[in-house]
Amino acid sequence: MDAVAAAAALSQKNLLGIADLSPEEIVLILDTAEAMKEVGRRAIKKVPTLRGRTVVNLFFEPSTRTRTSFEIAEKRLSADTLNVAIGTSSVVKGETLVDTAMNIEAMSPSMIVLRHGSSGACHLLARICKAAIINAGDGMHEHPTQALLDAFTIRERKGRIGGLKVAIFGDLLHSRVLRSNLLLLTKLGAEVWVCGPATLIPPGLARLGVRVTTRVDEAVEGADVVMMLRIQLERMEGGYFPSLREYFTTFGMTEARLKRARPDVIIMHPGPINRGVEIASEVADGPFSVILDQVSNGVAVRMAVLYLLAGGAEDETVA
Amino acid sequence: MKRLLKGGHLVDPASGIDGRFDLLIDGDRIAQVGRDLPASLAEGGDVLELGPGLVICPGFIDMHVHLREPGQEHKETVATGVLSAVTGGFTAVACMPNTKPVNDNAGVTQLILQKAREANLARVYPIGAVSRGQRGEELADIAELREAGCVAVTDDGLPIATAILARRALEYTSMFGMPVIEHCEDQSLKGDGVAHEGPVAASLGLRGIPGVAEAITAGRDILLAEMTGGHVHIAHMSAWTTLEAVRQGKSRGVHVTAEVCPHHFTLTDDLLAAPIPYDTNAKMNPPLREERDRQAMIDGIVDGSVDVIATDHAPHHYDEKNVEFDRAPFGIVGLETAVPICLDRLVRAGLIRLPRLVELMSVNPARILKVPGGTLAPGSVADVTVLAPDLAVTIDRDALRSKSKNTPYHGWTFTGGVAATIVGGRVVFSNPASGWPAGRD
Repeated sequence: MDAVAAAAALSQKNLLGIADLSPEEIVLILDTAEAMKEVGRRAIKKVPTLRGRTVVNLFFEPSTRTRTSFEIAEKRLSADTLNVAIGTSSVVKGETLVDTAMNIEAMSPSMIVLRHGSSGACHLLARICKAAIINAGDGMHEHPTQALLDAFTIRERKGRIGGLKVAIFGDLLHSRVLRSNLLLLTKLGAEVWVCGPATLIPPGLARLGVRVTTRVDEAVEGADVVMMLRIQLERMEGGYFPSLREYFTTFGMTEARLKRARPDVIIMHPGPINRGVEIASEVADGPFSVILDQVSNGVAVRMAVLYLLAGGAEDETVA
Repeated sequence: MKRLLKGGHLVDPASGIDGRFDLLIDGDRIAQVGRDLPASLAEGGDVLELGPGLVICPGFIDMHVHLREPGQEHKETVATGVLSAVTGGFTAVACMPNTKPVNDNAGVTQLILQKAREANLARVYPIGAVSRGQRGEELADIAELREAGCVAVTDDGLPIATAILARRALEYTSMFGMPVIEHCEDQSLKGDGVAHEGPVAASLGLRGIPGVAEAITAGRDILLAEMTGGHVHIAHMSAWTTLEAVRQGKSRGVHVTAEVCPHHFTLTDDLLAAPIPYDTNAKMNPPLREERDRQAMIDGIVDGSVDVIATDHAPHHYDEKNVEFDRAPFGIVGLETAVPICLDRLVRAGLIRLPRLVELMSVNPARILKVPGGTLAPGSVADVTVLAPDLAVTIDRDALRSKSKNTPYHGWTFTGGVAATIVGGRVVFSNPASGWPAGRD
């Protein structure tokens, strides 16, 4: 296991990003998630921890995996959950995010899980709301629970994170998953490599303590973990590379390229995957893939986050 | 009516004066400057004994403000804008044409001037559009705009769309000796950027605007000014690469001048991350850049490559700024914070002396726009800014007299402020806490 000891509790009310977490707090969340994973193996997958608390899932962007995962996590903790999706909300009538948030806040939820297309939207909400804010993805900024579930999956398979070579491939410019993962993995002492076309590498990435390369072979060489990022097809109108075909031939993860990795390498992807664009089907479905483990672990990690932000084990008895 | 200002330190670079001199105003003109002028000269008028340390300067001119009228009166009006101006020590402002409708014809220019006459505080010099509707297609009626009172042209908010239009504008305005003021920003490089492209934007997940987007357009226009003999004035310069282009142009004798805003020499993009993450009051265009750029702007101010300090006063309503960062409009108010910032961070910091500040904020704007002022020589207009360099000032957004409160300097403390603002011989603003004689305005 890693040298870092777990913290006793989270120091912040919200989970806005990995940037705000100490290594000890990250380990606390991962350790807590192990206990939560056990709940998921029971016949009755429910504990009363968040009974009587209301959690609002406020999603301004389409999401299947993350929203479902949060909802299952909330229900397993016995929270009252409410999903607000953009299509059915008053946002389409021109209401601002602040007004929407203040209206939801007026109904006194305990927590708000926010997915939004603008970087920093969670920070804006956190300044307004008494409810705890959990970032479920804000623009190009962070997606902290994804990085936590990735770390959980790596730790489950490898027993540690410190000292591993983790190579991340794809759209390094727009990916919030990348930002959260870089912060988390470097905090826990992994050797992180990132690789993508030069047009999709933001300036100053190397200053975040990672190795940056445009050569796939160099990044894959000896990797313990290979993490593929989704190429967001809708972003590719910006002309960042000539064609999806050329992207696959130059940067796609194939069995041949993977031979340079360690023999016990694991393949990760936050989903949804684009087969034949960033990853060959043989790799996505192959023996090294832990992509579906990531999805399963997502529920346990989100249960841990909800539990810890709710104040841990404190028991609320109704008089 | 005569007014005698006694006991101040008088700075008038145009006359080579920097010392203890008195100033006599007669009506709307400067009558006399001299040592220990006798009170009898102001017979029947006012004798104002200034408190210790006050500095008498030719009136400050902010050559880059947005007054928002007509069309966006919820942000600012000409009346509130000039109130903000005189409160901040400015005796005159030049206002940008990106109103609704655009100031691309004499009717809009006349409306702005009419509102300014009604407000009767700071002088207002409208700046006309380069292109009709600021659409970047064909020249606006520039001769008509000039006749109506415009002192320059610009498509500010946007760069002049094409090199050929910039060329025509520089050629055409050269007939009248008017500057073309350029908002330098290559639109394809800017894209949908909202912050300076650099490590801070990368870590916050904000789309970037690289510094060279500014320098490329500046380089284009400096070359065109050289070719045509026109005068290009680079607005709100922010990138070190732009400063290099300006220096090279000046060294070749090109008629290029440049302005810098206080926020670009005091703040960097670090303000986007802390103390308030994604603070929309740290969002302006051009964006707050890196330390290298900030230091370059200081260097340019010190070595003379920068001609003017202007505020780019850009009022926006609270509701417009209280949104997601990428949806908020660009811009901050600047008229009431510029003097404290400049006195503290430039003069008090020992980077420049007062005469250089007066060049940057009065002499050069008057020279570039060819408007009255910029000197206290006898016979000049009696536009005077009286500074209180030792006054402690805490910026309070709620106390701003601008209609909008969008400032990143809320709660900041500076040493240096405004004692009084005199326009055409009238004291239109005074601050009794500064050592300005009470009950005399």
